[in-house]
Amino acid sequence: MTILKKLYQLHRRMPTLLPGILLILIIALPGSLFKPALDMDLTMLDGSRINLAPCEEYPLGTQSEGKDILTLLLIGSWVTLKIGLIAGFIGIGLGTALGLIAGFFGGKVDTVISTVVDIGMTIPPLAIMILIAASVQNISIAGMGVIVSVTAWMQPTRIIRSQMLSLKERNYVQLARISNVSNLEIIFREIMPNLLPFLASTFVNAVSTAILSSIGLEVLGLGPSSSMSLGSTIYFSTYYSAMWRGMWWWWLPPIVVIVLIFVALFLISLALDELGNPKLKRM
Amino acid sequence: MSWKYLLKRLLIFFITILVAATLNFLVPRLTPQDPITAVLGAMASKGIVLSDSESVVQMYTEAFGLDQPVIVQYFKYLGNIFFRFDFGYSISYYPNKVLPIILNALPWTMGLLLIGNLVAFLIGNLLGALCAWKKTPRFFRGFIYVLMPFSTIPYYVLALLLMYLLAILNPIFPISGATTAGAAGGFTLAHLQDLAVHAVLPILSVALSLIGFWALSMRGIMSTVLGEDYLTYAQARGLRGGRIFYHYGIKNAVLPQYTAFAIDLGKIMCGSVLVEILFNYPGVGYVLYNALRTADYFVMQGVIMFIIFTVALATLIMDLIYPKLDPRIQYD
Repeated sequence: MTILKKLYQLHRRMPTLLPGILLILIIALPGSLFKPALDMDLTMLDGSRINLAPCEEYPLGTQSEGKDILTLLLIGSWVTLKIGLIAGFIGIGLGTALGLIAGFFGGKVDTVISTVVDIGMTIPPLAIMILIAASVQNISIAGMGVIVSVTAWMQPTRIIRSQMLSLKERNYVQLARISNVSNLEIIFREIMPNLLPFLASTFVNAVSTAILSSIGLEVLGLGPSSSMSLGSTIYFSTYYSAMWRGMWWWWLPPIVVIVLIFVALFLISLALDELGNPKLKRM
Repeated sequence: MSWKYLLKRLLIFFITILVAATLNFLVPRLTPQDPITAVLGAMASKGIVLSDSESVVQMYTEAFGLDQPVIVQYFKYLGNIFFRFDFGYSISYYPNKVLPIILNALPWTMGLLLIGNLVAFLIGNLLGALCAWKKTPRFFRGFIYVLMPFSTIPYYVLALLLMYLLAILNPIFPISGATTAGAAGGFTLAHLQDLAVHAVLPILSVALSLIGFWALSMRGIMSTVLGEDYLTYAQARGLRGGRIFYHYGIKNAVLPQYTAFAIDLGKIMCGSVLVEILFNYPGVGYVLYNALRTADYFVMQGVIMFIIFTVALATLIMDLIYPKLDPRIQYD
């Protein structure tokens, strides 16, 4: 009962958090935990009859290579989320490390890191990712995550650095300093706990940026070679001009799932923003 | 503005270009194949066979000095880009050079971006300001909740939806291209109309998603401006509401938006690339897409270098004219 009660209290405080997480779980679970229950033969080339409209056997029809859209979609949603999560973890890890170092030590280290971030932010992210993705052949899903993370670390670095700058002037940090506590201990025991809410909301934003860019790359035809992610499905639907041929069941479902993913991430980040900054007044 | 700031800003500009050029040089060389073999291999895998591939290989080996040490190649590459604006030859359209191909496509992209962004910036900021303004009717202020999803939906998704709704379900606008195929050019009324009709959907896709973005941030800034003393003073002086809204509210609140514009320029540019591809609009993004499809590596590198250069230049210009827009800002 206490768990339920706590969940309810959490929900009262952050009403958008649970709907967001539930939505993400609904999208992610079929392709991850329940994957064994899916018939993977349906995602093979000529796995079923081609260009079928939605019917009883194929609830979302099939596409021009004979792949079942529903199975593609269930697998693809998890692939897309996985790419976002991998990139998000790399981005937040790198960003936190650099932000902590820049903010805590200041001086020349800070100048160098900040300048690198400034320069990195003026270079359009998609440009660099296209360059890398077009040079590498046979990209794996994890590889895709790494490529997309190229742009996911700069925003976290900035945010963590500015939080660090304000946190290190707090009284309890000053007290720890004059009590001769080591730098590492100050960072991990005094400052990190206060950074956690920011890390959580920054992580969600990094995942969302990463998914946005990964789908952009896939729509260009630069996706992972297994070609089952949501963006790749859109790429192939435009490649075979599905829209022109009236095959709405091919291009519309991945778009709906993409919109749902972004709405879910938006809801979660809305809730986490409030956790990180309780003073933020809701308008 | 001091000379020191100007110098520092110019230095950052050049470092940005240098980093971009270095990445452009390094990334293809980090892969095990040499660039020419990689290009020809990729082309063969896409079923494209060059008629005189040997002369191309030879030309590139000479042009890039591939028989020389890497460091020599690097400086030669930089020299070509910085001093001669030479991005090399297109492989698919050999012997056309890369730069003219990009410059031919540029007017389309510029038109799309300028109009789309201008419309989005004006409407978005006005809507955002109105949503924060207390005298705005309630139902209108609720409009912001309609705009919110638009700011989270990626533009390419919006583009596909618009295409389906306004070009296929209700064929009001053409589905792709910038002109009707085989149409006569020139400055006739019919031709201009043709151009405009083709541009509506791409511009709308760029503008709609940005309107939400501008409106949301404008609403936030405007609501802090509303608490400022000068606004209370203006009200105490009995100025008309419209005058306060425009001269005291918007004029101050819009300033940070210019900075935001400069920061997001790269994202905006990349977004339009995808929109062009979906609508077969013959701009720079379409050139990039064709280059990727035909493995025309040097055109791809050229477009990427070009995009990075344009964005860096635009950011530099924005940074330099910003003190003119907001006299309170002082750089040291």
